Amino acid sequence: MVRKKLVLTFPPERVDKPITYHLVKDFDLVINILRAEIHEEEVGRMVLDVEGDEERINQGIAYLKSQDVKVQEAARDITLDEANCVDCGACTAVCLPKALRLNNETWKLEFDKEKCIFCELCVKSCPLGVIEIKF
Amino acid sequence: MLKTYQEINEKIKKGQVVVVTAEEIIDLVAEKGTQWVAREIDVVTTATFGPMCSTGAFINFGHADPPIKMAKVWLNDVPAYTGIAAVDAYIGATELSETQGLSYGGAHVIEDLIMGKSVKLKAVAYGTDCYPRKDIETHITKDDINQAYLYNPRNSYQNYCVAVNSSDRTIFTYMGTLLPKIGNATYSSAGQLSPLLNDPYYRTIGIGTRIFLAGAIGYVAWEGTQHNPVQERAPHGIPMSSAGTLALIGDLKQMSTNYIRAANFYRYGTTIYVGVGIPIPILDEEMVEFVKVSDAEIYTTIIDYGVPRRSRPMLGKVSYGELRSGEITIKGKNVPTAPLSSYAKAREIANVLKSLIREGKFLLQEPIERLSLERTFKPLEISREGI
Repeated sequence: MVRKKLVLTFPPERVDKPITYHLVKDFDLVINILRAEIHEEEVGRMVLDVEGDEERINQGIAYLKSQDVKVQEAARDITLDEANCVDCGACTAVCLPKALRLNNETWKLEFDKEKCIFCELCVKSCPLGVIEIKF
Repeated sequence: MLKTYQEINEKIKKGQVVVVTAEEIIDLVAEKGTQWVAREIDVVTTATFGPMCSTGAFINFGHADPPIKMAKVWLNDVPAYTGIAAVDAYIGATELSETQGLSYGGAHVIEDLIMGKSVKLKAVAYGTDCYPRKDIETHITKDDINQAYLYNPRNSYQNYCVAVNSSDRTIFTYMGTLLPKIGNATYSSAGQLSPLLNDPYYRTIGIGTRIFLAGAIGYVAWEGTQHNPVQERAPHGIPMSSAGTLALIGDLKQMSTNYIRAANFYRYGTTIYVGVGIPIPILDEEMVEFVKVSDAEIYTTIIDYGVPRRSRPMLGKVSYGELRSGEITIKGKNVPTAPLSSYAKAREIANVLKSLIREGKFLLQEPIERLSLERTFKPLEISREGI
């Protein structure tokens, strides 16, 4: 038995498919959904803890890819270097779960890690390079 | 006129000046009225801290022995322009490193110099009788070089559009990452704190105006490139999209990286966040009418960057009040908004400038000449040679 943390990105046309159901039923995997941001007509993202036979996990991943779902191993952590942040807000443009947001009184950036789905879009979007991924 | 520049400067020298920020003035006018504010308030401080590509620095390196007339020059492998005198050069913020590509550019060289870091200088030349040396490689810091001053051909845009992307793919622009199918909207202005939005017809901000530039004293040198005062305006005078601009100058050696920061927009390249603070004298009631403007009354235009052409489709108008709420409606869809310009930093700079004026360390300079209200912003047409 092995355990993996995966980030799934769904294209809009796959959002309505019961993909996790197939992972459980067809591949015998134990699934724990850690984070999910799925809306109709939009790109969906899900962070999963998957446990099962290694070969079955790989088959499950192959199935996901055949369904046009992008699969990545999840980053362990995302960090914000607050001392070097200028609170511009560029990262908030891509943070759909609103883990990164500007406080509307101080206009300083706040990072609520509980809401982060490890999509990593903020890392590329930070003009100052102060958001980093740790694996 | 109620007050003159001379009278306000006398008050500054005596420590009797009354200064508030462009944010604080809004409630003050609502509470006490225009007449009271015109009489009691002397100066309103405005500020902005946003990415401004049209930024760079002139540097004079001093002469080596034997001397060189530099023909090509690199600072930390970033090319600078030296088609001027022997050891003069201009390093632009968006010039990219020949070894590190998009991740390091002229903006970073400027930031490194301001921080006091050592920067590698490399130059080549063809050699002349008066300048025999053909190459040089050494290291410089801001303390070793002669003049080093920022000369920014275009900063402090008077308003700027909102960027969205209607295409099917994510695009990476100088307006940040734009998600497909109008998945987000970005904007870049300090709105009610922004200098030229508080002086819409350039009555007090003109050539010669003394300003706070990235921690140093600077000046408005000229009208900025792409200055476009004839942009459509709302009844109160504020343009509905990008309009006036300023060319700014200031001493790099006095600057602080607290107020200027190198940046890198993914798949676009380097640019630089520049902190600018400009005081506006409350000469009379008309100036109060200008500076009292709030985000709810300042409008800008939504532009579709998904169309990669000069004339991109306009998708409507929206106020900064709506943009700051975090969500706007475009074509019936709720779209999350995000700024690129730091309001927190703009507010900090407006307050720093307020303190400098109160402490008698910053006097106002009346413009020597007004900025044009008629200039038009021409496109570049592609024509065949000789036609």
